[in-house]
Amino acid sequence: MTEEIIIAGFGGQGVLSMGKILAYSGVMQNKEVSWMPSYGPEMRGGTANVTVIISDERISSPILHEYDTAIILNQQSMDKFEHTVKPGGLLIYDPNGITRFPERKDINIYSIDAAETAGKLGLSKVFNMIVLGGFLKLKPIVEMEYIHKGLEKSLPARHHVMIPENEKAIETGKGLINPVLVLN
Amino acid sequence: MKELRLMKGNEAFAEACIRAGADGYFGYPITPQSEVMEYLMAQKTHERTGMVTLQAESEIAAINMVYGGAGCGKRVLTSSSSPGISLKQEGISYIAGAELPCLILNVVRGGPGLGTIQPSQSDYFQSTKGGGHGDYKLIVLAPASVQEMADFAGLGFELAFKYRNPVLILSDGAIGQMMEKVLLDVQKPRFTMEEIRKNTPWATIGKTPDRDHNIITSLDLESIKMEQHNHELQKKYRAIEENEVRYEKFSCEDAEYAFVAYGTSARICQKSIELARAEGIKVGLLRPITLFPFPKKAIKEMTSKVKGILCVEMSAGQMIEDVQLAVEGRVKVEHFGRYGGIVHSPSEIVEALKKQIIGG
Repeated sequence: MTEEIIIAGFGGQGVLSMGKILAYSGVMQNKEVSWMPSYGPEMRGGTANVTVIISDERISSPILHEYDTAIILNQQSMDKFEHTVKPGGLLIYDPNGITRFPERKDINIYSIDAAETAGKLGLSKVFNMIVLGGFLKLKPIVEMEYIHKGLEKSLPARHHVMIPENEKAIETGKGLINPVLVLN
Repeated sequence: MKELRLMKGNEAFAEACIRAGADGYFGYPITPQSEVMEYLMAQKTHERTGMVTLQAESEIAAINMVYGGAGCGKRVLTSSSSPGISLKQEGISYIAGAELPCLILNVVRGGPGLGTIQPSQSDYFQSTKGGGHGDYKLIVLAPASVQEMADFAGLGFELAFKYRNPVLILSDGAIGQMMEKVLLDVQKPRFTMEEIRKNTPWATIGKTPDRDHNIITSLDLESIKMEQHNHELQKKYRAIEENEVRYEKFSCEDAEYAFVAYGTSARICQKSIELARAEGIKVGLLRPITLFPFPKKAIKEMTSKVKGILCVEMSAGQMIEDVQLAVEGRVKVEHFGRYGGIVHSPSEIVEALKKQIIGG
């Protein structure tokens, strides 16, 4: 198993930390992982993205130009990454803030109303975990037990009180994922 | 027991330096390596091991603090990124001339000038061919993973003290910024004063009655002595070439073609090998781990098996000159580069192999 993922959105949406929690969960489950962020000026208020690879085998390149899964959280990222999903791959997007919906016909497409739901339920701090839940529903590459350990490892101790809320958000996300185009 | 962590390359290097028993870090912030000093500061190294972490007023000050610390027989280091490393070149030349051990990390970004903050490999010439003035060489280690960022801290100090020579770790923004699993060594104690007196008798830590003054300098106005000093330096560099070559080969057993690449480029080439082999193209990789000393012999030996070599670098073509010297015209050698902060895609490397080596 090798899963190559790009997560992209605005700086501040928790894109990098979502990737970090996923990567740390992979480490806890004894997988090989890599986490390669975009860094620099684009992180300050602009777009942010991170490439996460989780694999049973040694990872060759941490830098990729096509992905099994793209998780897209704003329009700029849709423009930049829709075409980088491998044929037959998966694209997940939050329609909030999307003005041009995905046009590919050769990939699986799901939407998740994470931003809206997070606002309604007062879970806006863990918006990114709702999105992660949606992804894990479709691709359970890491078990929840290890996600818990991943949260423990990647959050500073003073934030460990937030772990139940993060887990609740992941469960919420699993129920929110909505098929847009599913290939046979 | 080794400890497993998920860390950025920059952080792993910093943590490994503490664990290698470093006595002092002197630096000045610059992207993409600022996490090195940030991490050391957050660790309160002065409380943890007694290690000094100091933000100097400039890169030039930082390298000269390293010069001072090294002269006292301490394990000292600095880190920076390309423009900052350029500023340090005078100090590096002095340290090499005075034959002192130290560790220098360059997390390379695209140039020339202030360039960009994205990863690049365009400092190969500067690292391996001099950089500063005078006939000197650095030992240059090129990590290709977060694990090697950690491992080369300890190895770097070891080689620096073995040869009384500065060691440069030539990394890049991608390896500095990415997170991977890393196994960290247990904490080594820092040198005691007794150990420094015993192991580095040249250190300027106060004269004792049983010996003459220790003098650390790179200056000698008597040319005949300076020539002799240079002769000794060259002898040392030849010994380093003899003993310290390190490289790694991937999928070379049946390879008809080869990539030569280091650092991030070598990682991307491994993906290119997966893609090319899926198409039936038998290609392997030779990854130099030491850039000085360069694995000339290993590359020369490869020419009896492969029909052509593609050098893949995030530069306009620098390491290729050393590859060409090693190959001595036996097989075709071509360069494929992206630069200015752009990183190759695995598939464009395969295309370049087909176009420049197989088809060409």
